[in-house]
Amino acid sequence: MPQIGSFSLLLALALAGYSFLAGAWARYRRDDRLGETARRAGIACWAAVTAASIALVIAAFGNDFSVAYILHHSNRDLPIAYKFAALWSGQEGSLLFWAWLLSSYALVLRLRYKVDPQLFAYASAIIAAVQVFFLLLVNFAAHPFGLVTGQIPADGNGLNPLLQYPEMVIHPPMLYLGYVGVTVPFAFALGALIMKYPGEKWIHITRRWTMVAWLFLTCGIFLGAHWAYEVLGWGGYWGWDPVENASLLPWLTMTAFLHSVMMQEKRGMMKMWNMWLIFTTFLLAIFGTFLTRSGVVSSVHAFAQSGIGIWFVWFLALAFATCVFFFVRNRNALKSEHRLESLVSRESSFLFNNLVLLVACFAVLWGTLFPVLSEWVTGSKVTVGPPFFNRVNVPIGLFLLFLTGVGPLLAWRQTSFDRVKRNFVIPTAVAVLTAIALMLGGMKPWEDSAYFYSLMALSLAALVAATLVGEFWRGGRVIARQTGTNVFSGMVTITRRNTRRYGGYLVHFGVVLIIIGFAGLPFNQDKEQEMGFGDKMQIAGYTLVCQSYTQDDKPNYSSEWAVMDVYKRGKQIDTMYPERRFYKVSEQTATIVANRSRLNVDLYLVYAGRNQDTGRPIIKAHVNPLVAWIWIGVHIVLIGTIIALFPNMKPQKLTEKQKEREAAAEEAERRGAVVGGD
Amino acid sequence: MKLETRNSKLLRAAQLLLIALLAVGSIGADNDAHFNMLGHKLMCMCGCGQVLLECNHVGCAYSDRMRNELTAAMERGDSDSLVLQSFVQKYGNTVLSAPTTTGFNRVAWIMPFAVFAAALVLTVWLVRLWKSRAVAQPVAPAQLGDPELDELRKKARQETEF
Repeated sequence: MPQIGSFSLLLALALAGYSFLAGAWARYRRDDRLGETARRAGIACWAAVTAASIALVIAAFGNDFSVAYILHHSNRDLPIAYKFAALWSGQEGSLLFWAWLLSSYALVLRLRYKVDPQLFAYASAIIAAVQVFFLLLVNFAAHPFGLVTGQIPADGNGLNPLLQYPEMVIHPPMLYLGYVGVTVPFAFALGALIMKYPGEKWIHITRRWTMVAWLFLTCGIFLGAHWAYEVLGWGGYWGWDPVENASLLPWLTMTAFLHSVMMQEKRGMMKMWNMWLIFTTFLLAIFGTFLTRSGVVSSVHAFAQSGIGIWFVWFLALAFATCVFFFVRNRNALKSEHRLESLVSRESSFLFNNLVLLVACFAVLWGTLFPVLSEWVTGSKVTVGPPFFNRVNVPIGLFLLFLTGVGPLLAWRQTSFDRVKRNFVIPTAVAVLTAIALMLGGMKPWEDSAYFYSLMALSLAALVAATLVGEFWRGGRVIARQTGTNVFSGMVTITRRNTRRYGGYLVHFGVVLIIIGFAGLPFNQDKEQEMGFGDKMQIAGYTLVCQSYTQDDKPNYSSEWAVMDVYKRGKQIDTMYPERRFYKVSEQTATIVANRSRLNVDLYLVYAGRNQDTGRPIIKAHVNPLVAWIWIGVHIVLIGTIIALFPNMKPQKLTEKQKEREAAAEEAERRGAVVGGD
Repeated sequence: MKLETRNSKLLRAAQLLLIALLAVGSIGADNDAHFNMLGHKLMCMCGCGQVLLECNHVGCAYSDRMRNELTAAMERGDSDSLVLQSFVQKYGNTVLSAPTTTGFNRVAWIMPFAVFAAALVLTVWLVRLWKSRAVAQPVAPAQLGDPELDELRKKARQETEF
């Protein structure tokens, strides 16, 4: 298998190299036959990378410990699913997986070339160039089929215990699909710039690919957050670790692009801006990979660090130089057709939205790199941890949330003061009432800035939710009037007729729920206590009683757990089993959190260890309010994005009866408007 | 009269007891909050990259010791800055979970907000500039036929769809 894998990788590199060079030459000479050979070489490249990936998986399943990568990331007793996950659990395997995903994206693109043969040929050649880089890495810098020298051990070192969790089987692929997916819009954008693509068709094509990449990246980020919450056992879901930040950076610029692209599609504006947003997103995705693997900043995700950073630095420099070169050469093709006409308009709300997203991106990047900068300037390293990121990003995030609420209420081009007044009354009233209700309910924003931000977040979330409900209601009412159905059925119809707009609103609604989840953070409580049989712990109205603690032994690990009865107001409401595992091969421990998650609060128990003197377990209890809303919100974000990816349903032709009904409704409305003076 | 005096004495004693209990409770609560606040300003030095109070590594050699040091410093009555300073002296600058607001570290705090402010001013200026260039010149009303009007309607619909 290692020989087949190594040969496949070399073949893939040769095919990707041919696909790039022949593809680029064919575009330069306008030779379509040569271009076709480049396209087919690209398709064959996918087959070769697939063969290499399969060879590595077979080596993992077959416990082939002659392959150094398998020796270091697998063992005989590892469950099958985790053996498969070993493909992306280490540096070399994950780079191979990256190359395979990129080849798969490129395969889809190359098979769909008839949509626009010229543009797709440019995009194919650019993707081939990126493929060459990653295939060079796996062939010469991080070879996954390197062999063990000397005697081959009987068993492997095993997989990192923190990765032996079901979510970890899907979190990295999702994240990589997002990171790698960014290459496709980048290739289209650069291709369109090189060929001075007329019109906006390329942006329609690019937008869908960007949404797909955004969907996967969002999914990957939140799966990672959920994994951190359920596995790492520190009671949180986001620690502002450099590797976490690395995934957030391209997500922020991609989100900015998905908003500003509407201005290019609808008004022919911000063409240069959008081009650079895509370029920046791609460069940040590569930069994030560099951060994850180079060790330039210290991170808890240390299992993927090595000395391949310099390869990424050169690739980043080359990619940036290419972008700048073609931008300077062809920037005349990116002139805006319209200009902004008013500060109070949908366009300017998008502009401010972009501004805030990019400032947030800068703040995260700045905080991530400041330790390196500080060491360089002063010779002394500092830590930039969660307190910095929270203090800087929370106000920026609140401003962004405010814009999320305001944007849909503004009209394109210009919004009259009367319209602003009319549209803002209800959402503002809802936000103010929410703030008052929360303060009456006991929230004291004057006591701590964290409480103040929490109150602001919840009030703005109410404002945005009111705006979105209003938008759905208005649209649903119009359709209901046209078709004679009820408003809710009208809402479904309007969503199907304009999937992008209403899918986008659903995404915003999901974001609102996520913010509600974040707003619970200042009210978290935790307590740690040694607990013997019958011992009690009181926290946030819960009484925890330790019923027993016990041990078990399995082929892959041994475990200890406690049986904890949970009481509230004197009544038993649950029994929980916080657990700690000891993985035999890697000789590492991992916690399996017991989490009782409800809409209002999570009761989260960690088996922190045993007191060496008494032998009794130490239990750490966290009470985290509103966390469940984060995961619900993520599901709604994903559903909204999927809806937005679907094409619009064409409106049916109205029957005579419906026409009569609509005319009557219009007449009634006109009369009402005359009477009401609207 | 006597009964009333006794009752009022009992009532006063109960009030004092309640106040004392509340005071003790609030001191405890304040101490917890204070410990929590200081503990979140420090990092665990075991290399986990976690804030001190969030390090949950089983058998972590650093976090328990550092927590005990923090408790001891608070019991001595050291001021917050003295507590943090003593940790910096012992573990180095990286023990603080966020940059201080002195020297070069100030740049860390100023930069994001400075960039935000500069970008905001620039955006408003740009919008105003574009707006002033886009002022419509008065023109005589055109006599448009149905196909032209349809075309304009189509364009308006396309531009305002989202």
